[in-house]
Order: sequence, then structure tokens, then C-alpha cells
Amino acid sequence: MTAAAVEVVELVKRYPKRPDNAVDGISFAVDRGEVFGLLGPNGAGKSTTIGILTTRVRLTSGTARVSGVDVATHPVAARARLAVVPQRTNLDRALTARQNLVFHAAYHGVPVAERGQRADEMLEQFGLGDRGGDKVDNYSGGMAQRLLIARAMMHAPEVLFLDEPSTGLDPQARLFVWDRIRDLRSRGVTVVLTTHDMDEAAALADRVGIVDHGKVLALDTPDALTRSLPGSTTLDLTVEYAAADTAEAVIGALGEIPGVENVERVTSEGADVPEPAGSSDRERSVRVRLYLTGEASALVAPVTAVLATREARLTALGLGEPSLEDVFISLTGRDLR
Amino acid sequence: MSGSIALTATGPRRTAQAFLALLWRDVFVTGRELVAFLAQVILQPLFLLFVFGKVLGDLGYTQDNFAQVLLPGVIAFTAFLTALQNTAFPLVIDFSFTKEIEDRLLAPLPTWLVAVEKIVFSTMRALVAAVLMFPLGWWVLGSVSITWGAVPAVALFLVLGSLIGAAVGLTIGTLVTASKINLVFAIVLTPLLFTGSTQFPWTSLTDLRWFQVVCAFNPLTYVSEGMRAEMIPEVGHIAPWVCTLALLGFLAVFTAVGVKGFLRRAID
Repeated sequence: MTAAAVEVVELVKRYPKRPDNAVDGISFAVDRGEVFGLLGPNGAGKSTTIGILTTRVRLTSGTARVSGVDVATHPVAARARLAVVPQRTNLDRALTARQNLVFHAAYHGVPVAERGQRADEMLEQFGLGDRGGDKVDNYSGGMAQRLLIARAMMHAPEVLFLDEPSTGLDPQARLFVWDRIRDLRSRGVTVVLTTHDMDEAAALADRVGIVDHGKVLALDTPDALTRSLPGSTTLDLTVEYAAADTAEAVIGALGEIPGVENVERVTSEGADVPEPAGSSDRERSVRVRLYLTGEASALVAPVTAVLATREARLTALGLGEPSLEDVFISLTGRDLR
Repeated sequence: MSGSIALTATGPRRTAQAFLALLWRDVFVTGRELVAFLAQVILQPLFLLFVFGKVLGDLGYTQDNFAQVLLPGVIAFTAFLTALQNTAFPLVIDFSFTKEIEDRLLAPLPTWLVAVEKIVFSTMRALVAAVLMFPLGWWVLGSVSITWGAVPAVALFLVLGSLIGAAVGLTIGTLVTASKINLVFAIVLTPLLFTGSTQFPWTSLTDLRWFQVVCAFNPLTYVSEGMRAEMIPEVGHIAPWVCTLALLGFLAVFTAVGVKGFLRRAID
């Protein structure tokens, strides 16, 4: 029996009639009691990996173990040790909320005497104490998500898999779900979650695996990942350049400054919207992010000097530490999926 | 949220526990929508029986014993169709839209047993509906031709008919996507109902040879004929042992195909 709660070795999943492997040789291990985040763009292979670990997807090659149980050869034993909170609600709509919990416990062989009591405890804990008798059809998205987690915990699994646990939740529900996940960790439950929400990964995960195109690109604590990013600090600028100048030339000049490792043009809503003819000032504006090797504040003077020689005007300035999002983008690129 | 729940049962005992829990869930839900269930399974055969067995007979359009030829067929049809619909429809909806079945697919039992549970439960529903047709037949027609000695054989044919209906439902429910279910029901269900020898004895079709051959490929024919052989043996019928063999063959084929389809939908 291995010590790891989840162990994945050289995992490959190939769907028939697809040119690429959905999962292409992923390996990682999750310690008992750890919260592990699988981070990646849509279609990166996160959900397929979770699908294999939760016995719903057949692996093509490699090994996947949950609590020491090989999920490919002993799926039934694995199911007793794991629980899943799916991306989309799959609550039993013929039943009330409390009955959803009780029947789940029954499927898993929880003794009759304990089912009801445990269901009531769970409803209370997940803030649904007074809504246990409601049909789940009447539940809001946030309530359904809480009930899904409560249901998953009914048979006291050793490993809980959450597929994008806070997608579509309002901020209050999201914070509540995060608190419950932290609770679970403090009780020794291993949590594996997938997300493309950087804040969520940074807030919850002890370690993060960044996945893209079916491969693990990086795997470490969120802190270590951000420290590892080339250019450990950033400088965000908004520049209005002279009529004779171009955005590309400005970016080129900024990249020449010693201490600047990389310059990235930032496009967000508004920045690229063409202005009506005549208001050319707005058009000649560019937002950039400089990735630096040293202190951000030390670069402010050289940057303003370079801009002054080009008769460009600095209209906004921000100093920044890199975030997990920067790591993510630097590893997975900017292409839309 | 103590992590210490006594999950003592292991192996076959645990599998049996999970299977019974799945079955109990379905029975529990049916119990709560009993009226809807009864309306769904009884109205159609009841009207069929009333119009073809009673009204046409009273008006003199059918022979005297036609009602008693029809009744076994209608009971067979009720068992077969109830089982088929109760398996196919929920599966199509579950796999395509609600995904409600996922929690049961993650229960600690082999996935193929989740499919078997669907067959068993639909068979239970179908048998309830079929049994109800006896008093209803008596009520509508004034008499039901059956002897106590025939009851075990009739029960056997009803169980086989329900099981096959459920297995066909499992096959349809897992092979057909939600967007095509209406089409499939139109082109599969109607022919299935009218080539199942429910409204006529199969052996009397000798002058309509091509239709007789078509009917021979429909499992429902052997349920109807088996029922008729037991309930009104004086009317020409296929030998019960032939019916039994044919039904066992159909059951094996459709169960295999249906369970395979189920596994394909349940596990990627």
C-alpha cells in the first residue's frame, strides 16, 4: 500500500478517432490530507484525468491509484474510497435534498441507523438545515453545489474530487465552498480539484499542477511557481505615444532598458476599441506589462526617461508581483481554446 | 463530518447492498408517483381492450371469442411495452440531460449491475401492470379465460416478456441519442406493437405469409402466443416450448447488446 492518496503514473487517454491524446503521459502524486489543484485551460485534459481517477473514463495506458487502489483493475473498491463533485449538477431530482443524501449513503452501505443522522449533520454544516425537505429542482446553483459536496461526503471518502467547484457561483457561495474545502482538509480528507480560476487555485491548493495539451507543464506550490517565473516582478504601464511613433516601437524601446526581461502588450476591454476619427489621443495609447529581473521601483526612472525621449506620456503606472495567472499564461500561451 | 463510518460489508455482500439500495430508490420514487404510474401503464391497454374486445364485439364486427383471443395479447403487450418504455425513456434522459444516473454509477458495485438493476426494476413495474390487466379484463369483458393450472406458465411468459421488453428498452435507451428518441420510437415502437401478434393468433396468418414471417422476428409474438397457448389452448398457437426457447434466445441477445450499450455510455 502506497502512502500517496492519489498516484498517477504516465497516464494516457486516447479517444477513438481523435488525432491527439486527451491525456498524454501525465504523472503526479497527491499526499494524504493535501489539497491538490489541477489547473489548465478548457480541454487541457483535467476533466479526463479526473474521469479516469473516478472510474468513469477508461485509461489507455499508465497507472492511476486512489488510496492505493488501482482504479482500472479494481474500480469498485476505488469507488468506495472516493467521491466526486461534478462540474454540472447531477442531483436526483425525483428526491428531496435530504433523500439525495440518504440514498447516496445507502448506495455506499452506510448503516441505516447512521444515514439520517449523518444527512442532518451535513445539511446543517452546509447551511441547508431548513431546506432538507425541498425538491432539489427548487435549489439555486449555489445551494445545489453545496448539496453536491454534502452528498459526496456522506460515505466519508478518503479522497474527494471536485471538478471546477465554484464555476458559476456568486462570490458568497464561492467563499462558502472554499471554507468547506478548507474544513475538509483540516479533517484529513484529500482534495483534488480542477479549475481554471487562478484565485481559486492560489487560495485553496497546497500544490498546483498546470496541465495543457494532456501534459503536466509545471507542478509545485503556488508560491514556488510564481517565484519560478522569469521576471519575478512586473511594471504595468499605460503610454500615450507621439503621433509619429508606433506602439511597436515603444514596446521595442522599453524592452531595451536594462533590467527588463520581457515586454508584453496587455489587451483588455477598451484598449483595443477603435475610437471615432478625431480623438486620436485615445488611439495612440498602449498598455504594456514589463517583466523585470529586479526591483520594480528601480525601473520607474529609466522607463520615464525612455518615454520622455520619445515624447510619449505615461498615463498610468502599476508595480506588481507576478500572480499564478502570469505563470499560467506564460506556460499555456494566449491562444483561445 | 467524522471520517469514521463503519462500512463493514465487503465483497459480494456490499455489492448486494448497493444493488438493493439502487432498486429501493426506484421503488421508492415509483411509490410516490403511483397515480402517474398507473395512468401511464393502464390506460392504453384498457382502451384497446374496451374498443376491440367490447365495443366491436357488441356491435357484431368481431366473432364471439375474439375478446378472449385479444386479452392474452393485450396482457403480453402491457408487460412488454411497460418494461420497454420504463427502461428506455429514463436512460435516454439520464445519459443525455440530467446525468442523474452518475451518482449510481459511482456506487460501489460493478457498472453492469446498474444496467441489470434497470432491467429488474422495469420488469417489476411491468409485472404489476400486467397483473392488473386480469381484473381489468374481467371488468371490461365480463370474463377471463384462465385456469389455475395455467397460472405458473402464464407467470413464466409474463416474466420473460417483461425481461425482454426491459432488455430491448436498455438497448434502445443506450444506443439512441436524445435528439433521435422521438424518431426511433415512431419507427420502432409502432411496428413492434402491430407485428407482435397481440391482436391475432400468429398461426392463423398462413394466408398472409410475408406478414407471418415479419411477426416471427418480433419477440412480442412469442409472449402473446405463449400466453394464448396457456389461457385459451383451443385457439391455434405456437407450441409453448418453442415460445420459451425463442424468448430465452431474444433475452440473451438483447441483454448482451443492452448491457454493452450501457457500459459504452457509462464509461468513456
